[in-house]
Amino acid sequence: MSELLEHLESNLSQVSGYIYPNEIELHWSLLVVIYPYVTGLVAGAFILASLEKVFRVKEVEPTYRLAMLTALAFLLVAPLPLLAHLGHPERSFEIFLTPHLKSAMAMFGFVYAWYLMLVLLLEIWFEFRADIVRWSNSEKGLRKVIHWILSLGSRDLSEKAVAFDRKAVHVITLIGIPSAFLLHGYVGFIFGSVKANPWWSSVLMPIVFLFSAIVSGIALVLLLYYVTSMFRRQTPDQACMDKLASFLLYALIIDVSLESLDFIHRLYESEESIEILAELVTSRLFISLAVVQLLLGTLGPLVLLAAGRFSRLPAEMKRTIYFVAALLVQVGIFSTRWNVVIGGQLFSKSFRGLTVFKLELGGIEGLLMGIALLILPFIFLWILVKLLPPWDDARSIEP
Amino acid sequence: MSLQPKTEKRRGFLARMMKLPAAAALVSLIGPEKLLADSEGESSNPDERLYAMGVQVNKCIGCGMCVDACKTENDVLREPFFFRTWVERYEIQRDGEVTVESIGSGTSVPALEEEAEAQRVRSFFVPKLCNHCDNPPCVQVCPVGATFKTQDGVILVDSDYCIGCRYCIQACPYGARYLDPRTKTADKCTFCYHRITKGLLPACVEVCPTQARVFGELGARSSPLHRMKRMNSLQVLKPSLNTEPKVFYSDLDGEVR
Repeated sequence: MSELLEHLESNLSQVSGYIYPNEIELHWSLLVVIYPYVTGLVAGAFILASLEKVFRVKEVEPTYRLAMLTALAFLLVAPLPLLAHLGHPERSFEIFLTPHLKSAMAMFGFVYAWYLMLVLLLEIWFEFRADIVRWSNSEKGLRKVIHWILSLGSRDLSEKAVAFDRKAVHVITLIGIPSAFLLHGYVGFIFGSVKANPWWSSVLMPIVFLFSAIVSGIALVLLLYYVTSMFRRQTPDQACMDKLASFLLYALIIDVSLESLDFIHRLYESEESIEILAELVTSRLFISLAVVQLLLGTLGPLVLLAAGRFSRLPAEMKRTIYFVAALLVQVGIFSTRWNVVIGGQLFSKSFRGLTVFKLELGGIEGLLMGIALLILPFIFLWILVKLLPPWDDARSIEP
Repeated sequence: MSLQPKTEKRRGFLARMMKLPAAAALVSLIGPEKLLADSEGESSNPDERLYAMGVQVNKCIGCGMCVDACKTENDVLREPFFFRTWVERYEIQRDGEVTVESIGSGTSVPALEEEAEAQRVRSFFVPKLCNHCDNPPCVQVCPVGATFKTQDGVILVDSDYCIGCRYCIQACPYGARYLDPRTKTADKCTFCYHRITKGLLPACVEVCPTQARVFGELGARSSPLHRMKRMNSLQVLKPSLNTEPKVFYSDLDGEVR
């Protein structure tokens, strides 16, 4: 507790204007920035994967299985930052047992469980079922046992059974798309419905969250596809990379348009809070909003993607440009989450002053914990890829 | 002759005894507290048991006794980051500039500058606390229902149930909530619920030397709150948010947010 008091004491000296005395402590910190960032990656990766199944975009087919496993790996991590930031994580199960149905947050468990159990796990199982059965038939030792367990007793490799798998995947994807929209739109609603906070309170918030999620998800899959191809000493499929870059560009354009609309709307309506928000944007949030989110994370990738997509550069050069653009997009979307969550707490609800946020290195809410939580999904993904190789050449193993 | 009336008396007594269970059933149906309330001459209007506070801004001298009493009564941390109630000092200049400071307990706020007197249009104190909203955003957002509205309209936090997610702190437009680092649960003003349910006044009201704070039941004729409501025009904080506060201010300046 003395650490907290010291921390608050040092913040006190950097407050400008007047803030309510209880506002010196920032209540949602790095962990709550990571939560919507990770959930967004899940929703985005899933929506990209669905393109292939529902809209039959053949070019992105090589990324389908990888995208599904990526979504799962990140979804497994998504609740951890939330759990860690609770004052009483041991009571978190109360959200399931006695949910307060009028609370947006109480729905988290149900939305999460629905998405994990009914959408992701089921779709991945049906997608991989035939391969799992084949693998468990042909392999030896531990891998055989694991795949035998994962097959859940299924052995049927007949044409009819495989056709059923395909149909099941299709149906689950159809349910999955609105579910993915729900998952991340819902996260946006948690912020957008707080009427006390003019930085958050916006009906556009869920939609902005959703499109930034799609942007970050596509960029992540592009990055992973590029990097895994590199490690597997294969050239990424150019048509696939081009298509991913196109989708990323379009999603980014929609995302920018929505955010611009939100910005112009606020400026034009010019409500009571406009002065303090203007001060916030031009001082405390200037670097993370104007420089990192807008310049580096949005305009940069827009130019790069457009240049890569509509110019006659060599293929390898194009791929490198896409890679850099996708990397910048990740930085941009992370700072978007940062600017929403942290930015929304830097000004006083008295609209008379600004407070500061200082990220600590250690501790539950510290930088190291944040980095660990962002590395963890990649470890999960590595394990998942080992268990269920998403590559095309792994498929061809015949019994 | 002497037996006859006795038997009748007995019969009458027995007949009356027969009516008792019926009467008991009736009482339990209506509710004994309602009958009692009626017998004391009070109406059974449920509004009468909605607790509320009145703050007469013009009477506040900014002594900070209420802040101190609150911290003592409710064992609130003394550090200046945790307040169930606090007092704001507003200083409004001729050019429209507004300076606000919070009067903490034990921390002194510098006195207003003498030289600036000519530039000053007005200055005043505004006590702040949880507004015990009738339409409370904090209660709405609590994922487990740990923060709730009592039947008499007071917003409380069950610290044995709160998971410490801090959503309620974000949802409160008045900055009235904080996280108690000792319990890691949300905390805020309770209107001194442990006192008012025993017929006592909240600590802040009790110690106020100028009676700037009054407390009572909404709708009760006998309450000092009723007198304040009759004698003043009343405002609430941030009415546009439709939280329907039950802390009413008189002489509230438009600069107060």
